[in-house]
Amino acid sequence: MIFRRLTFWLILALAAMFIILPLRGNNAALREDLILVAIAVTLVSNLNLMIGYTGYVNFGHIVFYGLGGYIGLYLVSERHWNLFLSAFVAGVLVSLVALLFGLGILRLRGAYFALATIGVLVAVNGFVANFNPWGRSTGMYLSFDAYQPLGGPMRALWTTYYLIIGVMALSLILSLAIKRSKFGLGLFAIREDEDAAVVLGINATVYKAIIYSISAFLPAIAGALMFYKNGMIDPSIAFEYMLSLEGIVMLMLGGQGTVVGAALGAGLYERLRSFLLTSPKLSNFHLVIAGGLLLLVVLFASGGIIGWLYRLLPRSREVIE
Amino acid sequence: MSGIMASMIDGLMVGSVYGLAAMGLSLIWGVMDVINLTHGAMIALGMFGMYLLFHAVAMNPYVLLLPVLAIGLMLGILVYWMSVHRVVGQPPLMSLLSTFSVNMMVIGIGTALWSTSPYNVNFSLRGVTVGAYTFTGNHIAATGAAVIIALGLQMFLYHTRPGKAIRAVADNREAAELMGISSTMVLTVAFGIGIALAMVSGALVSTLFPFTILSGAGYQLKSFVVTILAGLGKPFGALLAGVLLGLLEGAVTPFIAVSWIPLIEFGLFVVVLIFFPRGIFGRATA
Repeated sequence: MIFRRLTFWLILALAAMFIILPLRGNNAALREDLILVAIAVTLVSNLNLMIGYTGYVNFGHIVFYGLGGYIGLYLVSERHWNLFLSAFVAGVLVSLVALLFGLGILRLRGAYFALATIGVLVAVNGFVANFNPWGRSTGMYLSFDAYQPLGGPMRALWTTYYLIIGVMALSLILSLAIKRSKFGLGLFAIREDEDAAVVLGINATVYKAIIYSISAFLPAIAGALMFYKNGMIDPSIAFEYMLSLEGIVMLMLGGQGTVVGAALGAGLYERLRSFLLTSPKLSNFHLVIAGGLLLLVVLFASGGIIGWLYRLLPRSREVIE
Repeated sequence: MSGIMASMIDGLMVGSVYGLAAMGLSLIWGVMDVINLTHGAMIALGMFGMYLLFHAVAMNPYVLLLPVLAIGLMLGILVYWMSVHRVVGQPPLMSLLSTFSVNMMVIGIGTALWSTSPYNVNFSLRGVTVGAYTFTGNHIAATGAAVIIALGLQMFLYHTRPGKAIRAVADNREAAELMGISSTMVLTVAFGIGIALAMVSGALVSTLFPFTILSGAGYQLKSFVVTILAGLGKPFGALLAGVLLGLLEGAVTPFIAVSWIPLIEFGLFVVVLIFFPRGIFGRATA
């Protein structure tokens, strides 16, 4: 049972910490910092389902987040749905879109798939930037009235914060649950040797399409919540290529294929990034540093921080997953 | 009707430059099974290399292609030893990520140096006027340069010993090593040539259109499409496929907004990958 895993309780403790910390003194600045970390953890742990579990690189993971944001914001502002329903519908719709894409491009193997995901990003970005109901390249804005159902902008910010923490915790629990399931074992088999997995009776195409679709669900909800909180969206912030790429750096840094590694990498890198971006001398070089970090991890420590821990203390494998 | 013809001829000329960029990608991919994600960054570096050289010496930019080629070759060898050598033969994830990290560093440094504002190489040759349409001299010269370089590569690969060694390693690395070919040497040179081609195509683009440090990404996507169209490891096929893509772009641009083009190219990319995995020129290779 998942409740008997230490990692499960670690995840709950993390979520509790995220909720309690900014409450002390109504600390809005800390809340804004933590919300970025929570979004990063959500994106990276879902990206991990593709890269770490299945061995398929997705360069366009941000598409799910951005599309979720667009659908969520459209439903809230143009159709006047409530936030909860909008976010949930955004998640479902984006998952369905991912399933459709997935059935097409997941027939491609390995590197070809990775290239196709760059194409998905370009294509979706191109489509949204030309799509009239979504405001083309200027995007959409939310009027202040949209925050009234949640008790005004002030209350709404806190509510979305808690919801995003919830989505973060769900992402990590989902990762853990998949890792401990038979479905997860199938994914790992595909990662190790897809031909052998097929011979052993795993329907690789279906498995891959399902995990691609699952990895879209929570990021889309996170996107809907986040862009509701920000009150605006346009193609360049919704489909920020760099964020998609930095997600891969975070995952590799923490340790691909591990639940804790995804969270750790996301947290560490997000803090590093905030530090670099706000430092006047280094802000221009944050990409250089991120690239250098990725190169070092790929060349010399392909397991990331958690992989290094596993090598140092082989027994930690049992506890930290 | 003649407007479409003119647009297609223009596309054909730009397409030869796409083809040149794709030749580099295809060469690296075919020889060492590495998908070079630094390609876009190198194309952008070629643009800025041309810009800097042109402003330093103010010569005809088509003469400056030679130093750009040489710089590209050296840079390629450096990148190979820095990031690629250790991951050749590993799962694709590793080489994708390692070349990609170099891409991030180059773009990061480029953005810090030149920001993301547009630049252009201020040079134009006299054009040729046919009826109501004028084809600029730069387009014609760039096409000529692209074709000459492509033919040069073809000659090198098929009629010189180092070129034959590259093809041997691409065919079967182990057998080539047994014949006394140093595969490390060959991989280094092949990567260097691939990057040199990327930079030279970037340099050619810089004489045609304004550019920013981020422009490389679009041409990288086109290079992927062209490489897939041509089928892997067929550098000369890549040139033809590039011309074909340019022709296609030329044929559709009079009718739709330019921002739709990436969408069309991506659609083409996926369709070709799924239905013609060996490329449109591909027969079942032995």
